[in-house]
Amino acid sequence: MKIILNGNPHETQAPTLDAVLVELDFADAVVATAVNGTFVNAAERAETRLADGDQVEILAPMQGG
Amino acid sequence: MFEFYGTPVASRLLLGTAQYPSPAILADAVRASGTGIVTVSLRRESAAERGGQDFWALIKALGVRVLPNTAGCHSVREAVTTAHMAREVFGTPWIKLEVIGEQDTLQPDVFGLVEAARILSDDGFEVFPYTTEDLVVAERLIEAGCKVLMPWGAPIGSGRGLNNAYGLRTLRAHFPDIPLVIDAGIGLPSHAAEAMELGYDAILLNTAVAKAGDPVMMARAFAGAIEAGRLGFEADPIEARDMAAPSTPLMGKAFL
Repeated sequence: MKIILNGNPHETQAPTLDAVLVELDFADAVVATAVNGTFVNAAERAETRLADGDQVEILAPMQGG
Repeated sequence: MFEFYGTPVASRLLLGTAQYPSPAILADAVRASGTGIVTVSLRRESAAERGGQDFWALIKALGVRVLPNTAGCHSVREAVTTAHMAREVFGTPWIKLEVIGEQDTLQPDVFGLVEAARILSDDGFEVFPYTTEDLVVAERLIEAGCKVLMPWGAPIGSGRGLNNAYGLRTLRAHFPDIPLVIDAGIGLPSHAAEAMELGYDAILLNTAVAKAGDPVMMARAFAGAIEAGRLGFEADPIEARDMAAPSTPLMGKAFL
């Protein structure tokens, strides 16, 4: 399955958002997630199934003004 | 001491965390400023670099409260989604709400701002709206649930100071009980002092400190200027007048 991860094509076998985070070694990282422009909170990640072409955003704390 | 949404605020300087020459200089500038609140953001995390994790560890070690922003958002939907993501990551209901309406001036889309502020306030957020000095927009933001207003001094990063001191003074006079923070456009410590002398409660700075030749020294300079400006306001300054008024008593002057 090919998803768009943070704006770039990404090949994955992970069926859920939670599994994608594990695949990327983000399981323990401080991140927030969205799929197709909709916020997915941490508790919902395990049941959020991904489909081909889904746009996944993984955001982390960053410098800001 | 004043409050943001019931939280006592000791320092009247809020500091942005972007554009510093290094993480160490950022940390030193935060300490030198004496601030208790820094602004932060959310951006895409790289699996290879994991820069966000390092940055978050640095901020947590400083022991300051964070004010996450929705910088770069141009629509209500984008800003609201970003706010939800920030609340989960940073564990705070505070959100510095930016809905940008124009790319050259980065001025807020005040229509979208009011709409997003209402949605977020209804959802339990404590919204710090980045707005203009427009009184009617300020009224709408307060109606939407905002208990803090953050009007710009000038466009973000411009360093121009207070473009419309009259408008800002009017805003202060209309909302004597709402915490008002100048957010954006400050370049010099004197600009910050001027805003504080108008009775503003605090100043939010980033570029003026981060891009100074010596950010740590500039952080100290702003801290001093903001304190001086506040003291000047509280001390009830004299009215300006057109003609001179002698300060040395004339009584007892010799006839020479």
